[in-house]
Amino acid sequence: MSKTPEKQPGDPNTTGHSWDGIEEFDNPMPRWWLWTFYATIIWGVIYTIMYPAWPLVQSATAGVLGWSSRELVQQEMVAFEEANAPWNAKLVETSLEDIAKDTELQQYAVNAGGAVFRTWCAQCHGSGAQGAPGFPNLLDDAWLWGGSLEDIEYTVAYGIRNEESDDARYSEMPAFGEILEHDEITQVVQYVMSLTNAQTDDAAAQAGKVVFEDNCAACHGEDGTGDIFQGAPNLTDAIWLFGGSEEALTETVTNSRFGVMPSWENRLTDAQIRAVSAYVHQLGGGQ
Amino acid sequence: MAILDKHKILETNATLLLIFSFLVVTIGGIVQITPLFYLENTIEKVEGMRPYTPLEMAGREIYIREGCYTCHSQMIRPMRDEVERYGHYSLAAESMYDHPFQWGSKRTGPDLARVGGRYSDQWQVDHLRDPQSVVPESVMPKYGFLEHRKIDGKYIGDIMAANAMVGTPYTDEMLENAQADFRAQADPDSDYDGLLERYGDKVNVRNFDGQPELTEADALVAYLQMLGTLVDFSTFTPDASR
Repeated sequence: MSKTPEKQPGDPNTTGHSWDGIEEFDNPMPRWWLWTFYATIIWGVIYTIMYPAWPLVQSATAGVLGWSSRELVQQEMVAFEEANAPWNAKLVETSLEDIAKDTELQQYAVNAGGAVFRTWCAQCHGSGAQGAPGFPNLLDDAWLWGGSLEDIEYTVAYGIRNEESDDARYSEMPAFGEILEHDEITQVVQYVMSLTNAQTDDAAAQAGKVVFEDNCAACHGEDGTGDIFQGAPNLTDAIWLFGGSEEALTETVTNSRFGVMPSWENRLTDAQIRAVSAYVHQLGGGQ
Repeated sequence: MAILDKHKILETNATLLLIFSFLVVTIGGIVQITPLFYLENTIEKVEGMRPYTPLEMAGREIYIREGCYTCHSQMIRPMRDEVERYGHYSLAAESMYDHPFQWGSKRTGPDLARVGGRYSDQWQVDHLRDPQSVVPESVMPKYGFLEHRKIDGKYIGDIMAANAMVGTPYTDEMLENAQADFRAQADPDSDYDGLLERYGDKVNVRNFDGQPELTEADALVAYLQMLGTLVDFSTFTPDASR
């Protein structure tokens, strides 16, 4: 154990604490530090007065500034709504056909609709509206439920085969696995493939024509060109939602497949629905 | 300042120091935590919140097990960009039956607080199987294996009972019928009247993953399709003092 050194001249006083003979110099904190520390305490007190902070009996203090995150977001939403209000009102008033005639309005609709599309539609239909297996491409001119502005608006507003809207478009292809024999399914698949000039077994395709007329023509039409009133796809255009290979078609005929689209009438405003309809319509396939 | 000169007593008695430190922390804790239990504006009253159905609860367990919360938050903040993208900002009441809550603070993927009903079941299944098939730019891993893992809800009643213990208002009837309700929700051909009676008419009853078997994908999709759809916002007036 070393001996505690003697106090040197010029050394500060000690705190008076002594632990096992070890003493502690009483060096003051730097002044700037000390004042900053006091300032943060004062700032803290002021902050809790200005902003919501102290819990009381029924609620917390609201703060002198009356700051509220909910009110702020509300104000901000309203500000943008008001800025767009004249345009949105015009969009809802103008008949769908006439929107495109007003260049400025069409420009607004396409921009606003594009924003709606990228937020709500792109996950299924693709950010470029190119679709994905099972989710229709909106760029081409093949439409399951019609490609006119009215048809598109109706589809967006009420959706397809969903449970949310009573006005949703509805149709359901039966699972022919329970209706047709295995051979008949093979034949009708061959026939459907022959409609698009795919490589087929001609004899089977011939036999499949009869099966098609008896079972499929009611919805897909005698010539297989489909029916937009039932959402029955055109089978002659080589555009396939779930694939056009023998395997994919056999699966579709056997178990049936169809998409579901949510209804947007309660999530989007009328103006937003119109805007996104105009956007989709002008992508290339609009009729 | 005589009392301040007595610190030597505390500093030289370890046990006494421990007791007094504990006292200080307790007071701090009480001041911060207690008001949350009695302040009326902590959890506002809203219409529509209900405990999760057994199938949704199983989906929630899978959501937690797979660590979905590490990339997806479930809290829409009150800011315009969030509200425009995801919908109405989240309310505390919406996670009142979450034990634990899934708010999260990291968003590699989008917020899921209101993902319910936004996409079709088929989209959810396709997306879980191969996220890039529907969202090419996605970095989400594939969860196709969920479709092959069959579940029967054998222990779902226990999980619900555990939640009931920490405050979720599951009735005895709900707990007794847990396994039956679990199966009924994924089978639209079954007799699911009891399920609707116990949990409300808005419960989605569908074959969520499109397969005949009841799998983990069914449960997870059932959970996702419910998220954010419970509160009836037509009856909600925001209290600005929050």
